[in-house]
Amino acid sequence: MPGADKETELSERIEAFLSELKRCGSGAGSLRGSAETARETTSLLRRITAQARWSNAGDLMEIIRKEGRRMTAGQPSETTVGNMVRRVLKIIREEYARSRGSTEEADQQESLHKLLTSGGSSEDNFRQHFTHLKANVIEAINELLTELEGTTDNISMQALEHIHSNEVIMTIGRSRTVEAFLKDAARKRKFHVIVAECAPFCQGHEMATSLSKEDIETTVIPDAAIFAVMSRVNKVIIGTQTVLANGGLRAVNGTHTLALAAKHHSTPLIVCAPMFKLSPQWDSALQELVLRSFCFLLPGEILSKVNAHCPVFDYVPPELITLFISNIGGNAPSYIYRLMSELYHPEDHEL
Amino acid sequence: MADSDGRQVDGVNHATGKIYRLKLFFNNEGKELTKEEKQRLRKEKKQHKKNKKDDKGPPEKEKEKEKASVPAPSKPATQSPAHKAAPAPVHASESAAAAEKPAKSKAELRAERRARQDSERTSKHGKKEGGQQSASSKPKATPNELQPVVKRLPEHVQVDDPAALKKLAKKLERQQVRQIHSHVPLRSDYGYKVSLFSHLHQYSRKSPPTLQISIPATVIHPSIVRLGLQYSQGIIAGSNARSVALLHTFKQVIQDYSTPPNEELSRDLVNKLSPYISFLSQCRPLSASMGNAIKYIKKEISNIPSQCKEEEAKGKLQACIDSYINEKIILASEAISKYAIEKISDGDVILVYGCSSLVNHILCKAFEKQRKFRVIVVDSRPRLEGREALRRLVKKGIRCTYVLISALSYILPEVSKVFLGAHALLANGYVMSRVGTSQIALVAKAYNVPVLVCCETYKFCERVQTDSFVSNELDDPDDLIVTRNGKSHLENWQTVKSLGLLNLVYDVTPPDFVDLVITDLGMIPCTSVPVVLRVKNVDQ
Repeated sequence: MPGADKETELSERIEAFLSELKRCGSGAGSLRGSAETARETTSLLRRITAQARWSNAGDLMEIIRKEGRRMTAGQPSETTVGNMVRRVLKIIREEYARSRGSTEEADQQESLHKLLTSGGSSEDNFRQHFTHLKANVIEAINELLTELEGTTDNISMQALEHIHSNEVIMTIGRSRTVEAFLKDAARKRKFHVIVAECAPFCQGHEMATSLSKEDIETTVIPDAAIFAVMSRVNKVIIGTQTVLANGGLRAVNGTHTLALAAKHHSTPLIVCAPMFKLSPQWDSALQELVLRSFCFLLPGEILSKVNAHCPVFDYVPPELITLFISNIGGNAPSYIYRLMSELYHPEDHEL
Repeated sequence: MADSDGRQVDGVNHATGKIYRLKLFFNNEGKELTKEEKQRLRKEKKQHKKNKKDDKGPPEKEKEKEKASVPAPSKPATQSPAHKAAPAPVHASESAAAAEKPAKSKAELRAERRARQDSERTSKHGKKEGGQQSASSKPKATPNELQPVVKRLPEHVQVDDPAALKKLAKKLERQQVRQIHSHVPLRSDYGYKVSLFSHLHQYSRKSPPTLQISIPATVIHPSIVRLGLQYSQGIIAGSNARSVALLHTFKQVIQDYSTPPNEELSRDLVNKLSPYISFLSQCRPLSASMGNAIKYIKKEISNIPSQCKEEEAKGKLQACIDSYINEKIILASEAISKYAIEKISDGDVILVYGCSSLVNHILCKAFEKQRKFRVIVVDSRPRLEGREALRRLVKKGIRCTYVLISALSYILPEVSKVFLGAHALLANGYVMSRVGTSQIALVAKAYNVPVLVCCETYKFCERVQTDSFVSNELDDPDDLIVTRNGKSHLENWQTVKSLGLLNLVYDVTPPDFVDLVITDLGMIPCTSVPVVLRVKNVDQ
């Protein structure tokens, strides 16, 4: 039966995606950027929308929520997966509301007011069947995909507004967004970049070689020298893994130290993060520790008597951040909560 | 006023000229001093005439703000006048006793002589480093508040100045025994230097300084050659270790020394030590502690009375060195441990950084005294010295945790105290230590964790510094290269024109990050360092 084939094919794809996520997390597979993950998640969700069996919006949302939970459980630290799921859920809600005829403005009006007046009455609203809902939803997801593809370019276009000539810019680790940002600025301006290598994985080395190939003056420094050279730095530009709802960051380890040093020297800290990294979740217990590749540093007989820690991420509080540059423009950290409410529906915060 | 002081000093800034005259008024009480100055002047004139003068160098200027750092390689017998320098390139004199003084105009000579007297005076008061002391130094040293800070920029922070490099090369050439034409080799820099640090040397470990030394290297004592190699390869590392090794080697040198005929031990031995010190600073720039030790030895040597027999003198010197090591290093660490153990309570979680022999000693002693605590060792690339500290502590049986410095924010909420070692304590209260220390102090401050620095008083130095750029050490940049999964990205960094690697060795921590400094004199705040220096100098 063609339907069954489609279903098995679909579940195969989902399984493949899940295993890919798990492998990336454990470092065995190739490291992907979050943009790629976001794109793949969204295309997978589009496929689910197209091929799964559902009759009304409520069913579709249930299916997507279920798959979304599975995907996020596969790799909890990869928050873009969950973000994309929430975006799609929001799209479904919007399309449903549009099909029903109620205007978008009414829905988005004062969420606080809605909370007080309507409460849980929106639950059973999603049972109506609309013939064009599927097509609309898929079209909207396509728009989302287009937006995802353009995020890096949108961010890089703003580079010249923020970098002047003869600046010294510091960054840490490797972020594809920041790399594109700096390369775009380097086409017109001359400046100097200092890259902190970010042990133990030393991704900063890759970043430095890639930047220096574009004729950008680059210097690699060990993490210990961050404070020592900070006094000569004009700006700190970093990428991040996740942007949290309070405007804080979950970024690669060492970023908090960098942010504190920048604060001490009153150097602006600019975070280049596309909107799909914005996440309403904050699980403080989730602090991934990676021990494998770290243990080579210690000889065996000592290692058995010692606790070694190697966290992957750092939390950076919003007070240390000056500016967020995203594909929709520049924002202060205090505005992030507002953007969050536009992207995700509050009921979807918990998948 | 003595006759030499009565002359007009033409080439000097009038402001500083006035300071000179005021100073001379102060010293008018001791007529004895001026006589000694005359004697010294005469001796030095003789030595100057012995040497050839090659070229007429520009009038020497100096920056007043930077004190000549202790790691000055040579024994600066003469000082050039301390002008208020314009922000123009500074041409410091590298003069040793065998100085290359070019032929100068009369005004410049006078200016020089005046500065020399001043330097003699200041060195007598113990504030100057390594001035040539005469045998009869009985200072009733009243610490003189209006000392013009006669400073000299050390060579190792003037790498970008070609004139200074030329002078260094010449000086090294001259440090040779007359019969044999071998000299201390000039080590060449390696690799592309980051522009912010073009004034510092950057050597590669793969090209040791001994490559160009001919055999037999009779200028340089073999144990000094060995010591220099050990320094440059990093086999002996750490402030205390380097100083102790240096002092032991000097004991060996003194043992093997024999006074040539018609020479005095007190003067000749000091001259003999100069090429050794130049060589060692070529291997690796001298540390503050080593500089202080050298100053002490030179003072002791100069204080040997001329009628002392050679064997007796050598024995005395060796005893001096032994007592220095004992007092300043070994006993000091005992005293510091005693104070520090008061600060360690049961249940503490103590954070240490890198491998400081003093901090390790304190922790081991505290553990012996049955204090219950656990230690977190923070380590950083590329030196990874924390592994050594970890080994020592684990061997003792202390419970340890190990993290890299990027995990600092993760681990700090558990920490109750931070103990840091120091390489030197500067006169403005800044702590000079291994790179990364300032970072630890910064983050600890943000988490409100007390930071205690442990430092012996012999590491206190009169230099002042506000950032980690002007005076630092650049280590081999190839150390940053790392291979992961068979790939190393930075392998061919030399071929890429715009890529630079920066491997700093030291950084300075501002005093507001440090809560307490534990020294053998007690527990003092960071800002009391100049007080201690002053007290020490009065004692001497």
